[in-house]
Amino acid sequence: MLKTLISQVKEYKKDAFLTMFFVIVEVILEILIPLMMAGIIDEGIEAQNMNAVYKYGAIMFVIVIGTLSTGFLAGKYAASASTGFAANLRDAMYTNIQTFSFSNIDKYSTAGLVTRLTTDVTNVQMAFQMIIRMCIRAPMNLVCALVMAFMIHAELSMIFVIAMGFLIIVLGTIMFFATRYFNQVFPKYDALNESVQENVVAIRTVKSFVREKYENEKFERAAQNIYKLFVKAESVLAFNNPSMMVAVYGCILLLSWLGAQSVVGGTLSTGELTTLFSYIMNILMSLMMLSMAFVMITMSLASARRIAEVINEKSDLVSPEDALTTVPNGAVDFNHVTFSYKHGTGEPVLRDIELHIHSGETIGIIGGTGSAKSSLVNLISRLYDVDRGSVEVGGHDVREYDLEVLRNEVAVVLQNNVLFSGTILQNLRWGNENATLEECQEACRLACADEFIQNFPDKYDTYIEQGGTNVSGGQKQRLCIARALLKKPKILILDDSTSAVDTATDASIQQSFEERIPDTTKIIISQRVSSVQNADRIIVLNDGVVDGFDTHDQLVKNNEIYRTIYETQTKGKEEA
Amino acid sequence: MPKKKGVLGRLLKEVFKRYPVHILIVLVCIVGQSICTVQGTLFTQTLIDDYINPLLGTTNPDFTPLLHALMRVACFFAAGVIFSYTYQRIMVSVTQGFLRDMRTQMFKHMESLPIRYFDSRTHGDIMSVYTNDIDTLRQLISQSIPQFTNSVITIVTVFISMLTLSIPLTGISVAMLCVIMFISRSVGSQSGRYFVKQQITLGKMNGFIEEMISGQKVVKVFNHEEEAIKDFRAVNEELRQSANLANKFANVLMPVTIQSGNMSYILCAVIGSILALNGSLDLSVGTLVAFMTLNRNFNNPVGQISMQINSIAMAQAGASRIYDLLDQESEPDEGIVTLCRVEVDDAGNMQETEKRTGRWAWRHPRPDGSVELVPMKGDIRLENVNFGYNDDHMVLHDVSVYANPGEKIAFVGATGAGKTTITNLINRFYDIQSGTITYDGIDIKLIKKDDLRRSLGVVLQDTHLFTGTVMDNIRYGRLDATDEECIEAAKLTSADQFIRHLPDGYQTMLTGDGANLSQGQRQLLAIARAAVANPPALILDEATSSIDTRTEILVQQGMDGLMRGRTTLVIAHRLSTIKNSDCIMVLDHGVIIERGNHETLMKQKGKYYQLYTGMIDLD
Repeated sequence: MLKTLISQVKEYKKDAFLTMFFVIVEVILEILIPLMMAGIIDEGIEAQNMNAVYKYGAIMFVIVIGTLSTGFLAGKYAASASTGFAANLRDAMYTNIQTFSFSNIDKYSTAGLVTRLTTDVTNVQMAFQMIIRMCIRAPMNLVCALVMAFMIHAELSMIFVIAMGFLIIVLGTIMFFATRYFNQVFPKYDALNESVQENVVAIRTVKSFVREKYENEKFERAAQNIYKLFVKAESVLAFNNPSMMVAVYGCILLLSWLGAQSVVGGTLSTGELTTLFSYIMNILMSLMMLSMAFVMITMSLASARRIAEVINEKSDLVSPEDALTTVPNGAVDFNHVTFSYKHGTGEPVLRDIELHIHSGETIGIIGGTGSAKSSLVNLISRLYDVDRGSVEVGGHDVREYDLEVLRNEVAVVLQNNVLFSGTILQNLRWGNENATLEECQEACRLACADEFIQNFPDKYDTYIEQGGTNVSGGQKQRLCIARALLKKPKILILDDSTSAVDTATDASIQQSFEERIPDTTKIIISQRVSSVQNADRIIVLNDGVVDGFDTHDQLVKNNEIYRTIYETQTKGKEEA
Repeated sequence: MPKKKGVLGRLLKEVFKRYPVHILIVLVCIVGQSICTVQGTLFTQTLIDDYINPLLGTTNPDFTPLLHALMRVACFFAAGVIFSYTYQRIMVSVTQGFLRDMRTQMFKHMESLPIRYFDSRTHGDIMSVYTNDIDTLRQLISQSIPQFTNSVITIVTVFISMLTLSIPLTGISVAMLCVIMFISRSVGSQSGRYFVKQQITLGKMNGFIEEMISGQKVVKVFNHEEEAIKDFRAVNEELRQSANLANKFANVLMPVTIQSGNMSYILCAVIGSILALNGSLDLSVGTLVAFMTLNRNFNNPVGQISMQINSIAMAQAGASRIYDLLDQESEPDEGIVTLCRVEVDDAGNMQETEKRTGRWAWRHPRPDGSVELVPMKGDIRLENVNFGYNDDHMVLHDVSVYANPGEKIAFVGATGAGKTTITNLINRFYDIQSGTITYDGIDIKLIKKDDLRRSLGVVLQDTHLFTGTVMDNIRYGRLDATDEECIEAAKLTSADQFIRHLPDGYQTMLTGDGANLSQGQRQLLAIARAAVANPPALILDEATSSIDTRTEILVQQGMDGLMRGRTTLVIAHRLSTIKNSDCIMVLDHGVIIERGNHETLMKQKGKYYQLYTGMIDLD
């Protein structure tokens, strides 16, 4: 886990090492300062020697300047290294998320990924900065102080060693218990984040059902969960400082007692005793820093684990080596396809599907709610992999193609249409980033979207809010179709993409498809017979099985399900 | 967003207001701990002079006084440790409690904000306040506040001790302290500026990520991964830069203050020595030595404070975003009319009751103190309504709609003609510019929003489900509905069948807005949810658009049963579903161009006729 993270330091390694280098120099210089202070007092003031005061004062001045500049540089590089590291972590996660397949995406919640990319990274960033600054500085400081103390009086210095042994045991115990709680905290964070997200997204639903109070209570519980775990974790951490104090105070008391005897016994000068005390202060300060770093690290371990999880997540759909880079035509073949969402473990949603679609055909798909229509078409652009059998596009198994090539040639307008915040033009150019305004307009005319866009005050520069809340459902769908058309695909799949568009518009969209993109294979899922009845052939899906696959006229004659749907939908018209 | 002045003060005041006793105990503990620490420091200073020097040269040194002194000090130390643990433990509760309180307060407030607030922000940016911005407060409260208090106490006590030793040297120390403070402040404010920028960028980043990951499937089908990464990198780099600058200034602060402290030490040593050795001042060598120790103790806390600047600056940035949310104005609700249950006696008189009679009335308090009960019937009228999302661009013009109790009113029109907008006005998501909307003869502006919305069951165009079981989601319509009632509603609306096919039936967990259901299934659930609410009036906005027609007919039958006797406003593209409406309004560019029932409209041979016979399309 830590290896994954550390490998992301990358170009900021230099800055990280520079930080450590400067910290080391800083600490060495700093450690000399008490010596100079002792010099001023022992050889200067106590000996009433003005020259010694000047001498040590001057040396100390130089050292202070040195410490200041190294400290300055260390701080600067530490900031750059840690924030750079954080940026790399976010980049690594985000880049990897882009390789996720649909089933990888389904595994993580959006809110969870957002927390990992922000909160968790911030935790790790702070811990990393602490590590390269404090975790070099404080132990160095400790070691140097110890060495100096040993040089002054080895036996007395054993006190320090004992104290540190005590601390290591205590801190280890604290860390063990706190980490356990922190590991539990972050999933609760995801839950809280999700709660907020859900409410922001569905605020209209919340308000129309007047569920503000209910949501408040739900949120309060989520917040309370975090509170409880954090209090548990941090109560353990609260032992940190007091145990530090016990160690330091113990040292002071022992040193006073034993030191006094040594001084009286003549093995230690009073100046040396004072210096030993100042090393205690030195050690105290380093321990304080260490304990702060320690808290941060404990907390960030849980975050680090979560980040590593995302970076190490392997997409279960990857382009093969020597992948095919061209799709010869728009033919689609399903050979005995069985598919389930949980890779063979779940109930199969498609069973033994056998379909052969010619290039350039227009195919309609009709079937009840939940009859796996979307699942069927999602296999064509390899958004999921089949359990058994194979799906072929242009005569080759979809698993032989380079994914990008395949998806460029197979354009899907998903059922859950999403527009992104940005202008209409920007949204359209998702289909083809180099599309000119004319090309975009052309695509919109095909999708019957041009007219309403022209009616907006800002036309193609109209700003779309997140989720497309400022356009109507039908407008959104047509924009999504236009966006897919701009890809100029060999296969175009519309997954119930005209449900909010009225019948006539729907018909004229279909007609323009027929006229303008005759060579493209068009697969249209719809609830409306009118949307599919002019298709070359129609697939009737029922509960994951193909119930019929024929022309409209034949189906009306031979397929009971289709006939029923047809009759119920045309009844109104006949009466009129 | 401009950095707000005084957010920290406001924040601290709030901490104190919420946890006064806790804070008081913490302060007492900190003072106690400081006193104990000072005792220790004082002891080490007197150790040599009072306990060691007298023993020097004696043949049989008596260490008993030292032992006694040590025991006394040990007691102080023990007390210090106890004080320290006590306040740290209390601070944990205060910190986490306060964060919890702030989160829930923000959430409550957010729920009360008008729809417009949500329209204008990315979801992730709002989410960021609850995590990234709140997190900035944690260190401030748990560490910086105690540390700060502690340091100030140390500075003051040491200052007093210093004064008793030598006034001129104290002067030098204080002068240096001022220099340090000045540097700290200017570097700190630089750092603060960039922290504000960092938090804003973090919010922006959160927004970007949330939107892109929510739409990740679209990213995939469009092979848009590279562009998504490119855009991400731009925001990421922006965040890195502001974070880098903010941290740089904060990091540099510590060496600067500590070394300035050392400078102060040198200065005092040199000047002190000159004064002591010349004998020009009454300054003994012993006093000077003691003073030098104090000088160090004086400068140390300053270094500690400077270490906290980082978190203070960050918290300031976070707090300003938190208060930005909290200071948003809530949805105004000046309504006085509420909904209440009534029972009707044989004479036809209405009486307020707690019983579930199934009958409702509007409780309308009059200025003279009397209360009028208006029976709730579901009479909805729009008169000459004009509305625009901005004042300068009207989307509805002079719209009048009369829905008598129990009638089914349908809206037909091209996408963007203003159908959804009308329903948004009735439940007051937006307020109209002119005209009136009345509900049972009462201006809806007089009705409390909660009660108004409770009286309307809505199935929105965009279906949103919540994390929880299928049962929970249906029960969302009426929280006290029993399992049986929920299942009943699901059966009525034909959702029961597919629910039974789910892996865990009604107990199947839905996550991510019901991502594992198809659009049609989500709509069925939304309808069941509205059915269980059993409201007196219904608004159905394209409620069945993704449901297959076979199921739709079943739903329709169920709905017709449900809607009997209820006022229903329907928006649908499939004209067959609205044919039996009492009145059909044909909307065009925000204007009602035709109205009447199916037969009259067909006779008129106007736009509806053309639509129905398929002669023209809606656009």
